[in-house]
Amino acid sequence: MLADKQDEGRKAVTLHRGLIIAAAVLAGGAWGPIFQPGAPGAPARVITAEDAVALSRGTFIEADVVFMQHMIVHHAQAVEMVELMATRAEHAQVKRLGERIAASQAAEMEQMRAWLLARGQALEDPHLEHGHHHGHQGHGHHGHHGHHGHGAAQETDPDHIALMPGMLTPAQMRAMAAAEGRAFDILFLEGMIEHHQGAIDMVYELIAAPGSGEDPELSDFLSHVVSDQSAEILRMQVLLTELDAA
Amino acid sequence: MRIRTALASSAAVIALALAGAAHAQQPRSFEPDVRTHLGAGLHDAEQAAWNLELEHAIAPPPGFFDPDALFSPRRFMEETRAAEEADEDDEEAPAGPRFTPLALANTDLAFAGGRVFVGNYNGFNVYDANGEGEPELVLSVVCPGGQGDVSVHGDLLFMSVEQNRGRLDCGTSGAEGDVNEERFRGVRIFDISDFSAPRQIAAVQTCRGSHTHTLLPHPADPDILYIYNSGTSFVRESDELDICTDGQPDENPETALYSIDVIKVPLSAPEEAAIINRPRIFADRESGDIAGLWRGGRFGVATQRTAQTNHCHDITVYPELGIAAGACSGNGILLDISDPENPARISDMFDPDMAYWHSATFNNTGDVVVFTDEWGGGVAARCQADDPTSWGANLIAAIEDGELKGRSFFKLPTVQGATENCVAHNGSLIPVPGRDLMVQSWYQGGVTIMDFTDPDNAFEIAYFDRGPVDEDHLIVGGPWSTYWYNGRIYSSEITRGLDVLRLLPSEHLSPSEIAAAERVREDQVNPQTQTRIVWEDHPDVARAYLDQLARSEALDNGLAGQVRAQVDRWEQGRANTRTLSRLARQLADYAAEAEGRDASRLSELSDLLSRVR
Repeated sequence: MLADKQDEGRKAVTLHRGLIIAAAVLAGGAWGPIFQPGAPGAPARVITAEDAVALSRGTFIEADVVFMQHMIVHHAQAVEMVELMATRAEHAQVKRLGERIAASQAAEMEQMRAWLLARGQALEDPHLEHGHHHGHQGHGHHGHHGHHGHGAAQETDPDHIALMPGMLTPAQMRAMAAAEGRAFDILFLEGMIEHHQGAIDMVYELIAAPGSGEDPELSDFLSHVVSDQSAEILRMQVLLTELDAA
Repeated sequence: MRIRTALASSAAVIALALAGAAHAQQPRSFEPDVRTHLGAGLHDAEQAAWNLELEHAIAPPPGFFDPDALFSPRRFMEETRAAEEADEDDEEAPAGPRFTPLALANTDLAFAGGRVFVGNYNGFNVYDANGEGEPELVLSVVCPGGQGDVSVHGDLLFMSVEQNRGRLDCGTSGAEGDVNEERFRGVRIFDISDFSAPRQIAAVQTCRGSHTHTLLPHPADPDILYIYNSGTSFVRESDELDICTDGQPDENPETALYSIDVIKVPLSAPEEAAIINRPRIFADRESGDIAGLWRGGRFGVATQRTAQTNHCHDITVYPELGIAAGACSGNGILLDISDPENPARISDMFDPDMAYWHSATFNNTGDVVVFTDEWGGGVAARCQADDPTSWGANLIAAIEDGELKGRSFFKLPTVQGATENCVAHNGSLIPVPGRDLMVQSWYQGGVTIMDFTDPDNAFEIAYFDRGPVDEDHLIVGGPWSTYWYNGRIYSSEITRGLDVLRLLPSEHLSPSEIAAAERVREDQVNPQTQTRIVWEDHPDVARAYLDQLARSEALDNGLAGQVRAQVDRWEQGRANTRTLSRLARQLADYAAEAEGRDASRLSELSDLLSRVR
């Protein structure tokens, strides 16, 4: 409502001091003109408040929406992994780290839902059905944990297919659920490191798409998925090193 | 929790130096207080203030406010939810709005000539605060690209641009695609010598854009200004900027990751500003590995692609001491900047409770650094009852023999709601002599003032807070940057505009301490370029020390009374220099016996009295 009054009489004009002062006087308000500078070396021009607001409005594309829909599913598995900890984990710092991951991932899921809802988008990708995150076929559904005894992943067997990069397969989730104590801690850390790395890979895959990640809120979200999860990977690597040494 | 394992150096990749130190126990959670349940509202939220007074609340000017962007998402949310419930098979989602609240967010602040420069995702605004009343808008500039971190030096204004949508000509259309020569990500330079004709004069392109930047004047040559640029975003295509290539150093030793940009600005020809160095400040000092900070860990488990610390988020320089503190994603670092073109790492630290090292502030003597942890990136509610009090907090580190040592955590000591984004954010020192005070933004957690004179026991002495922007939805808002400038506290509110606050006396801060702070005047303040605060010799300064010595019971009442009486005479123009000299000597004797900060207060007071003529 602040923006309504003073814009009459203001049109985008190439910068001449006299004109600008005239425009400001015509506007009749306490507010001065709004400048939009040109490229380096070029003069600024005067624009209306409506123009200024219009310039702030970014866009989003289908790939952004699919990314958010998929990342919700991706994060949900991290929360499931932390839920397994309560009765199985041994190392106090691993438990504490798990709590933090669950808190972060749950809050981010809420943010992603809000982002989608606020843009009139569905919370789920209707094309994502058992098995295939369509952007990622060809990588991401290998079990990254061959040394856990699952052997080579059978790409046709849904039990050994990860839905998205870094997600654990159903078989890997069961193996984790069956483990206890130090063995659980190690499986948890290894699994969560892969999981987080997968999220970072998904961000990089998104921003490689032309026109993606330009929505300011999404852009900030992407930066922080990368930075927070990188920092958590670091922390988990340090813990794994300690567990190895113990 | 205390800082459990201060991992002292990155020199040994696998060897984890576990230097457990004694720290104050951090409470597991805080108690709710009056700030916890304030009523919501954009312009009519309930407020709570303690030892601070809100003098002015200036709503965003025309062109910098978009109620549709703030509140229509809720309408779309409700429509979408209703549509989903009505027909689960419906794949046709309603057309959504193409904007977000953050698009017009107010961001960082800079100050010069009594004016306040308010950065914004969509440009910047300038307010004149020289008058008695409310600061007056004197310039509005639109130039999208975010986040709009601003600095000022003379007639030049510098602005950070990181988003893909940024364009050389301050427009938004036509920057599509992977490669586009119109795209701009980096540091813009504006000539603002004439507010009726602001002009972009240079735009220094960088590989990862500019998230924040820091000005560093050349130590001797007034014609040269350096900029340390911190890019945190992804690396752009080399077809767009040929110095830029991505990837890890084992595959690509030229990678644009693992560096900062040093930009040189010749002030007589600022249009010639250019990157002159991209120093490898994270390199391992022994092996030379440019990814020297914390890539370690168990080999073969984590992919070594993971870039732990490959950028700084923000750097604060302290030119008079020749040092800088970098808040660099996974680490806090200390840099030697005595050769400004070649900053070199002196020390680095890691802490398991820090998610993302975000910003740094030195105390005035330069032996303590407050690092912030922006856990969740500032858009999440991280001050809720269950959030640990050492996460998303300040880490207070001391510099001991050139090494950073974590000492304690300080977090906003209250509980905030689920619709209030809240985490430690930007702040600056309040120039009270004899104490280390910092005023700081916590987004929708409000503004707080922290006393960290004792780096092991920081505590809150004042606050200001509003209720959430919205009761039911988290709409990103709250103070982004809150800084002291010439007697007032200026706070950029993301959605609500610019706030001006003033200190009120309390048991924690005496009228003389406030008066001493308010007397400090500086023309140009870019808070990430710290300058040593110097207090002029004035009775208020003497009384500020006396009030502090009384608070800590470090001076006997008899002597304190004599000093006060002489300070009163000095103020009345009847200074008795002989008596003052005698008292100064007595205070110096006390100083020799005293410990810690009281010793320096006594000796500062002694020196001050001996200078009175």
